[in-house]
Amino acid sequence: MASVTQKGRFGKYGGRYVPETLIPALDELEQEYERYRQDRLFQEELAYYLQRYCGRPTPLYLAERLTDTLGGARIYLKREDLLHTGAHKINNTMGQVLLAHRMGKGRVIAETGAGQHGVATATAAAMFGLACDVYMGAEDMVRQELNVFRMRLLGARVIPVESGSRTLKDAINEALRDWVTNVRTTFYVIGSVVGPHPYPSMVRDFQSVIGREVRAQITAEIERLPDYLVACVGGGSNAMGLFYPFIDDPEVKMVGVEAGGLGVATGHHAATLVAGTPGVLHGAFSYLLQDGAGQISSTHSVSAGLDYPGVGPEHSYFKETGRAQYVAVSDQDALEGFRLLSQTEGIIPALEPAHAIAYLRTLVPTLSRDHVVVVGLSGRGDKDVQHVSRIVQSSIDASSRPADATPRIRQSKFAGTPADKAQGGPP
Amino acid sequence: MSRIGATFDRLHGEHRQALVPFVVAGDPDLATTGQAVRALARAGADMIELGVPFSDPVADGPINQRAYQRALAGGVTVRDVIELVGQARSAVPVVLLSYYNPIVQYGVGRFCADAARHGVDGVVIPDLPADEADELVTAARPVGLDTIFLLAPTSTDARIRVVAGRSSGFIYGVSVTGVTGVRDRLPEEIQELVERIRKVTRVPVCVGFGVSTPVQARRVAEIADGVIVGSALVALLEQPGDKVARLEQFVRELREAMDAVGARGAGPS
Ligand SMILES: Cc1ncc(COP(=O)(O)O)c(C=O)c1O
Repeated sequence: MASVTQKGRFGKYGGRYVPETLIPALDELEQEYERYRQDRLFQEELAYYLQRYCGRPTPLYLAERLTDTLGGARIYLKREDLLHTGAHKINNTMGQVLLAHRMGKGRVIAETGAGQHGVATATAAAMFGLACDVYMGAEDMVRQELNVFRMRLLGARVIPVESGSRTLKDAINEALRDWVTNVRTTFYVIGSVVGPHPYPSMVRDFQSVIGREVRAQITAEIERLPDYLVACVGGGSNAMGLFYPFIDDPEVKMVGVEAGGLGVATGHHAATLVAGTPGVLHGAFSYLLQDGAGQISSTHSVSAGLDYPGVGPEHSYFKETGRAQYVAVSDQDALEGFRLLSQTEGIIPALEPAHAIAYLRTLVPTLSRDHVVVVGLSGRGDKDVQHVSRIVQSSIDASSRPADATPRIRQSKFAGTPADKAQGGPP
Repeated sequence: MSRIGATFDRLHGEHRQALVPFVVAGDPDLATTGQAVRALARAGADMIELGVPFSDPVADGPINQRAYQRALAGGVTVRDVIELVGQARSAVPVVLLSYYNPIVQYGVGRFCADAARHGVDGVVIPDLPADEADELVTAARPVGLDTIFLLAPTSTDARIRVVAGRSSGFIYGVSVTGVTGVRDRLPEEIQELVERIRKVTRVPVCVGFGVSTPVQARRVAEIADGVIVGSALVALLEQPGDKVARLEQFVRELREAMDAVGARGAGPS
């Protein structure tokens, strides 16, 4: 008995706090996952789909104009935004849906906030030919209507959740209720490193491909490990995937960036590790945003994918041990990050990693050119463009370009600057 | 012996089964719940289960979710519910049903001590499986608070042994693979579950989740030691008018239907 409990723990965090009905399903999942984790054919099949279908490995890109603009450490972007469906979420859904397929489950369910995990689950389900139902908060369906349409186009049923705050937390509640009811035939594809054991470990393992690639890529490029890893934290899966392969390298510092919303002091935010306290939600003991009586708080973030009052238990453990630091970035700063990356690099990030980009404006100027920072660019911003345009109306245009993004022409890596060329004179 | 244990002993002697109504404390307000506790006992309840409101009740269907929301709108906390039990001085045992987080925030040890001191007899925590409950069981035993764990149709025999070993008072047999709610039909699996539990333990088994009508209550009373009726009662509290009188009337009907079993089924158990 003790070993079951111990296995699902990161220090004192984690565990399995779910209705008894689900315990046999979690036991089965744990056994099956453990078996397939060591199964060469399963791993080869997963690697095949990640490469040929999803587009792995993703590039590690030196963001030179962003580096120049911020004037400090060299910034590399891990381009998870270039994956099929536009976010890191597919790394996990390919793994879990392949597992569901092997386990003979004909139906998968998922929760989604930003819609990225829902789209990634619907995509994998379409590809493997499984039925797919996605629970989504009614509020998020408005914020992310493009993704609702994408999921439906992919053949998934999107079920609006009207209870509670009508966002991600409530979508997880509804997905858990569905799973309790249909547990014999249904596989629950959880979208982050949250939930009862074995989900936090399983999702971490599927996402760790991010950090493993970064390790190989950065070592090939600079012949050492980076000084900092920076990633946004909602439930924490892209951050965990980036961090995990480096946790035994103390010289690599890690920063998780949470959603500061209207400001942590206002109470309207989703900065769980920065401002929360430990408790039990959605199957795990971890940091939470809650009131003194243990009721879960409603959260706010401009980014639906970070708008969640919980966080993965392993992040709580990293916070406690000091292995990673966690900071918060406000909505306004995230929108600035969104614009900054778009205008310096021609990459429109999702609002979630825009928080990580925004944090670079604080971190990078304190470092020198000798330092290297790798940022997890977890997704692309197409899904957010409409939402952002509604918030900032017409304030994003060339005339409002911030001073730190003055249009300095990029140096060509291979042929010098255009000015050099002009002097040399083409024939 | 606990009040719950004594209640089952008495019922066994009378060849009757326990009727355990459930309402959410503070739905629609604490004063109504106080009246309801007395009315339920009057109407023939053998124990009363009071729900502590929680914002994210994942084991509950829409009826109980709404009740929790109504209670939370009134700001009801664990402490309020414990104090309510203290004031109500119920003639029959009282069991609190709470999700784990409100108890964790209150402090598990302090919760057990305060609850027992105010006359709470047992606790059910739907999102705390028995093998995660070391802290609870350790704190509950010395103060005489019964720890009631759940078993479901999906539970394996190995699981039944783990849960039975940590259960006191009674075991909560979940009738359906699903969440709480009102149901037209109850699945056949209940009987099998109760039989599998009885092979392992002598702890009484009460069955709940979905039991909604006197006919269903009688059917469950034929196979289990007790019947838990929740959502059907909670739904009565949603209607305008004299809520407490309606609860009392409905519980009387449940009692009569169940006692028809006791009379008929009298004999060695
Ligand atoms: C692009 C992107 N990044 C990050 C997140 C947050 O999730 P996590 O913290 O699990 O990476 C989401 C969630 O929807 C997302 O879509």
